[in-house]
Amino acid sequence: MSHAATLPRVHEPHEAAGFFRTYLYATDHKTIAKQYLLLGLLMAVVGGFLSYAMRWQLAWPDTEVPGFGFVGPETYNALVTNHGTVMVFFVAMPILLGSFGNFLIPLMIGARDMAFPRLNALSFWLLALGSAVLCASFVVPGGAASAGWTGYPPLSAKAEYTGVHWGLTLWLLAHAIEFAAFLLGGVNFLTTIVTMRAPGLTVGRLPLLIWQLATASILFLLSVGPLIAGAVMLLMDRLVGTGFFLPERGGEPLLWQHLFWFFGHPEVYVVLLPALGASLEVYPVFARKPIFGYRLIVWATIVAGALSFIVWAHHMFVSGMDPRLAMPFSITTILISVPFALAVFTMIASLYRGSIALELPMLWALAFLAMFITGGLTGIFLGSAPSDIYLNGTYFVVAHFHYTLISAVIFGGFAGIYYWFPKMFGRMLGTRLGQLHFWSTLAFFNLTFFPLHWIGIAGMVRRIANPLQYDLVAPHQWINVFSTVSLLGLIAGQAVFFLNFFLSQFRGRPAPANPWQATTLEWTAPSPPPHGNWGAALPAVERGPYEYSVPGAAQDWLPQRAGAAVLGSRS
Amino acid sequence: MSATTHAHATGAAERGKVAIWWFLASEIMLFGGLISSFVISRLGGGAQVDHGHLNVTVAAVNTFILLSSSYTMVEAFGCAERGDRRAMRLFLGLTVLGGLAFLGLKAYEYTGEILHGFTPWAGTFWSFYYTMTGLHALHVLIGVIANATLCVAARLGLERPYRVEVAGLYWHFVDIVWIFLFPLVYLS
Repeated sequence: MSHAATLPRVHEPHEAAGFFRTYLYATDHKTIAKQYLLLGLLMAVVGGFLSYAMRWQLAWPDTEVPGFGFVGPETYNALVTNHGTVMVFFVAMPILLGSFGNFLIPLMIGARDMAFPRLNALSFWLLALGSAVLCASFVVPGGAASAGWTGYPPLSAKAEYTGVHWGLTLWLLAHAIEFAAFLLGGVNFLTTIVTMRAPGLTVGRLPLLIWQLATASILFLLSVGPLIAGAVMLLMDRLVGTGFFLPERGGEPLLWQHLFWFFGHPEVYVVLLPALGASLEVYPVFARKPIFGYRLIVWATIVAGALSFIVWAHHMFVSGMDPRLAMPFSITTILISVPFALAVFTMIASLYRGSIALELPMLWALAFLAMFITGGLTGIFLGSAPSDIYLNGTYFVVAHFHYTLISAVIFGGFAGIYYWFPKMFGRMLGTRLGQLHFWSTLAFFNLTFFPLHWIGIAGMVRRIANPLQYDLVAPHQWINVFSTVSLLGLIAGQAVFFLNFFLSQFRGRPAPANPWQATTLEWTAPSPPPHGNWGAALPAVERGPYEYSVPGAAQDWLPQRAGAAVLGSRS
Repeated sequence: MSATTHAHATGAAERGKVAIWWFLASEIMLFGGLISSFVISRLGGGAQVDHGHLNVTVAAVNTFILLSSSYTMVEAFGCAERGDRRAMRLFLGLTVLGGLAFLGLKAYEYTGEILHGFTPWAGTFWSFYYTMTGLHALHVLIGVIANATLCVAARLGLERPYRVEVAGLYWHFVDIVWIFLFPLVYLS
């Protein structure tokens, strides 16, 4: 049984490859992972800049935004729309799914590359094209898309309604390209996980992150189809003149909302699960304890994934759909908190009485847990139709989904970036700037978003450009100012990260192969791993992924890789 | 050497098949979303079928052609596995012809309907009709290109018969979608 046979066919010597082959037309999964990471970070700067202009307008309405200019209502709508689009589709997915998935799936399952390396490169470049199309939509005549990130018709179905013609059409096109990129990527991920695991790596021994990435890929593959259908219909409405979503032509605007949220709810788990998985990899390493309830977490993930397909109408309680649907969808929504509560409890139990080392990846992972619980709790209010009818469309919702999504993308994402940076780049990420980054992010994130709960309950609704025009919101304007000032701190904190990220590339301490004394396979490859990841022999696996503090073992961790352990008397 | 090549081909065949099944799963959801939208729209009274103006005869002939092309695709895979190059090219060629005939007849249907004023914007039913059959026709076209590529470069199909199998799985899927569309649009 020759495993070298699974080598990708293009296997030219790495050092002989020129700049073009190494960095642009790269098929190596690690290079593609770095491309995804850099693209995601670049788009995060774009999305962050949009949020800065948006929050400035909310705090000091209709004043000149430094570095941006005058905002006003039309531009504000475009800012809101594209901030959401950029952050969800062009930051969260590229970093959490694209970068972590590409870097870690082959390394964690003991493969040399993805199943289809050239398809993988195609996925990335499609995403890059999609990002370029989206950025181009900001500068076309008529301005950028401004119908909200959910693009509800009839507002989005006719250029006359928003005054935006090409901006919104390009916005739809950018989505289509992004979906194609992640569809191909998802097929690649799943095929790799199913067919290319190392000998001995049974599904019960897979690191939990692989389970989460696989579930996320399946959710994306199975949920995005209806939205692609909807996007085709919306594009036809705009360009061909059909009337799918236009009531005056016999169309049904609510149909779009159903198609959008049928995708939209699984999509939030597409973003959440990889972050959850990254944190689950970090806890046992820095608590020196096995994961509590491995099987329970796997089943909770699968059950939550399945349930996520039947909760979508909780986004539509006040949309005018048949009110009899509210109760079943409230019930499924409350049900889905059960598997997630189980997952959270197992995470806490995994930490309980561990030898916790507060290294940077662990700080981020712990903050993920705390912030995600906060966001999850407010979700219960929004999932129940009676309280949602009051809170729907207010800043309470904005606070809720920033606590869930930012806990995943920022806290879970940085847990992963700080944890795998040494493997990815061969150097340690600086700790002093890292500490500054973590604590400032934790503080300013809460200062920015927690007060939004209050102003939401007080009645401030989303997507208004000037809160001072509303008598019931104007007395609470100090909250908007406070939140915006805190956002400036949050953004400054991220600048520290960028500084650290680039400084550490050159000045960071060279990383050993296994700086955290972790058990999973990626830590048995050199840092950074060469083309092909391991030398002549691919690793084989002889035990589960979280063998920490095994009684009787000579050291407090037993690697998954066969023959790599320093064995004690009992093993 | 031959053992290594064989192991490689087996691994690639397995990967190809796993990949196409996941891809088809997402395609089921794409057509599923579109067809469900049509069904819901019809149940709600928004997209009543315009029976008198559809050419059922041409569509029935088209159904027959597409189903027959699935049969020739199966035969082509059998030949590829046996290593029979001539017969494989013949059957792949027939499959391509079937796909092209389907597209030609579909174009004829569209022309007739548009000339009678039933354009995509003539009403909700017609919007759905053109979107659903158009998306399906696009899939037929992609299948035709894939099969033609395998037919012209017969080496691809003979040295790696799984490629004919993967193309075949896709082609049967395109067929199955039509089996749903034909009764839903033309017969019910």
